[in-house]
Amino acid sequence: MNAITTAVIDLKQLELFAQGDTQVHGRDARVKVLVTLFFILSVISYHRYEINGLLPFTLFPIIMVCRAELPIPYLARKMLLICPFILLIGAFNPLLDRSTLWQVGSIEISGGCISLLSLLLRSFLTIGAALILVATTGFTTICQALERLGMPEVFTVQLLFLHRYLFVLAEEAERASRARELRSCGSTGRGIGSFGSLTGHLLLRTWQRAERIHTTMLSRGFTGQFHGQRRERFSHADLTFLISWSVTFLLMRTMEPATLLGSFITGAFP
Amino acid sequence: MSDAIIRLENVSYRYPDGTAALTDCSLTINRNKRTAVLGANGAGKTTMFLHLNGILQPSSGRLFRDDIPFEYSRTGLRKLRSKVGMVFQNPDSQLFSASVQEDVSFGPMNLGLDTTTIRRRVAEALGAVAMAGLADKPVHNLSYGQKKRVCIAGVLAMEPEVIILDEPMAGLDAAMQEELTAVLERLHAGGITIVIATHDLDFAYGWADQALVMQSGGLLAHGTPEDILLRPEVGNALGTIPQIAEIIHSLSLLGIDLRGNGYLPRTRNELVAAIAAVTTREDTP
Ligand SMILES: Nc1ncnc2c1ncn2[C@@H]1O[C@H](COP(=O)(O)OP(=O)(O)OP(=O)(O)O)[C@@H](O)[C@H]1O
Ligand SMILES: [Mg+2]
Repeated sequence: MNAITTAVIDLKQLELFAQGDTQVHGRDARVKVLVTLFFILSVISYHRYEINGLLPFTLFPIIMVCRAELPIPYLARKMLLICPFILLIGAFNPLLDRSTLWQVGSIEISGGCISLLSLLLRSFLTIGAALILVATTGFTTICQALERLGMPEVFTVQLLFLHRYLFVLAEEAERASRARELRSCGSTGRGIGSFGSLTGHLLLRTWQRAERIHTTMLSRGFTGQFHGQRRERFSHADLTFLISWSVTFLLMRTMEPATLLGSFITGAFP
Repeated sequence: MSDAIIRLENVSYRYPDGTAALTDCSLTINRNKRTAVLGANGAGKTTMFLHLNGILQPSSGRLFRDDIPFEYSRTGLRKLRSKVGMVFQNPDSQLFSASVQEDVSFGPMNLGLDTTTIRRRVAEALGAVAMAGLADKPVHNLSYGQKKRVCIAGVLAMEPEVIILDEPMAGLDAAMQEELTAVLERLHAGGITIVIATHDLDFAYGWADQALVMQSGGLLAHGTPEDILLRPEVGNALGTIPQIAEIIHSLSLLGIDLRGNGYLPRTRNELVAAIAAVTTREDTP
C-alpha cells in the first residue's frame, strides 16, 4: 500500500515540474499534446524487430528534457520503475522466437531478443514522452487542451476527476493500511476476511472523502469546468514548434536517417 | 444598507436519511462583526453553515443576503460563493492540488478572472496568512497548521465579504491558534465579516462581538457574549460557562470587584491586568 502512496506523491511531483518557466513550458498545450501524439504514433508504427529506425527518435525526449530543465535522475527513476512491467510483457519473446536475426561475430542474436529490445525501446520512448508532456504542461492543462482540440467536455472532466480521485484513494489506502498494521502487531492477522472489510471501509471512506472534496470545490465556485494555469494564445513560436517536430518525425519515420547516413557514407567512400 | 449581511428566516432542513438537522431556524449575521456560533455536537452548526453559501438548500424557509433572497441558479450560486467564503474543518478535504499556489488559485480561476488578476490575488491571499514564502511548496508536505492557513488563503483569494470557518482552532497548538487569531483579526480590520463555529467557549467569549447559540437545529440565544453566555439555559445547553466569567464571579463572591472601572475582562490578559489593577489599588492607601 505504501508503494501506492509514494507513486502517487511522485505523480504530484510531476505536476510540480509543470510550474516551471522555460520556453517548453510556455508552448501552447495543444501544440505539445499534438507533437507528443505524433511522436507516439510514429514510434509505435514500427514493426517489432525495429531498432535502428527508433534510435533517432531518442532525440526528441533528450531535447525536451534539456530545454525544459527537467531533473534527469527523477525521470530515469520513473522509467526504471516501469521496466519490470515491460519485461513481464516481453519476457517470452526470446523463448518463443528463436530464429536468428543478427549475427555479431560468432554470437547469434535471436529475433526474440531483438523484439524484446525493440519493445523496451518503444516503451521507454512513448512513456517518456508522456511523462515529459505532463511535467511540462500539467494534467489540468492537458485536459483543457484536449477539450479545445475537440474532445467532449464530459470526457475531459471525468479524466480530471479520476486524476484527483487517485490521490484521495491512495491517501485513504495509506491511512487504512497503517491503522491495520498498527493493530495487527506486525504481520499476523492478515487474513483474507480482514482484507475484505478493509477494502469495503476503504471504498466507503474514499467515497465520503471525495464527496467532502466535491463540497469544498463547489463552495469555491466550481461549476463543472476545470481551468488550467495558463490562458494561451497560439503564437508563431507554437506553430514553428508544431511544424518542425512533425516534419522531423515524418522524415525520421519515412527516410530512416540511420540507413540514409549509412548509404551516404558507403556512397562517399566506395 | 442594513446591518444584516446574511439572514435566515424559519429555515428547516432534513437530510436525505430523514435527520431533521435544522428546525425553524431564524438568525442574523451582522456586517463587519465577529460572530461566534456555539452549540453542542450535533446542534446543527455545520448544517447551518452549508446553507450560508448555498451548498444545501433549505427544505422550507428562506435565506437572504443583503436583504435579497438567495438565488440558486448557476450564476446566482457562483456570485453567492464568491461573496461568502467557507473554510471547512478538515484541511485535507479542501486541498487537492499539487502546490500551494495552484490550490489557492482554484477559486479565482472558477470566477473566470484573467491570469494577472489571479496572480495578484493569490499573492495577496498568501501574504495575508503569512504563507507567501511557501507558495511553491507541495501541499502534502505542509504541517496541519500551514494547511489550515492555505485553506483560508484559498477562500481569501476569492475576495469574499464574509468568511465562515468551521472549528478553525481544532487541532492547532497554542502558538498556531494565536497566529490564526491574529490572521483573523487582520481580516476583520480589513472589513471582512467573520463567522466561526467553535467549541472553545473561552475563545468565543474573548473574541466575538456577537454570539449565536444553537440547540437541536434551532437558535437558542443571540447577543453579545457577556450578555448571553452566562445565562443558565445557555450554560445548560453548552455544558459550561466561560472560565474567565467563572473566575470573575468567584472573585466577586470574595468581595473583589473587577468591574471597578466599569469594564468586564473577557480574555486572560485582560483578567490578569484587571487583577493587577485591583491589587495595586488596594496596596495604595
Ligand atoms: N450527511 C448527513 N446525513 C445525515 N445526517 C446528517 C448529515 N450530516 C449531519 N447530520 C446530522 O445532522 C445533525 C446536525 O449535524 P451538524 O453536523 O450540523 O452538527 P454540528 O453542530 O456541526 O456538530 P459538531 O459540533 O459535532 O460538528 C446531527 O444530528 C447529524 O447527525
Ligand atoms: Mg460541525
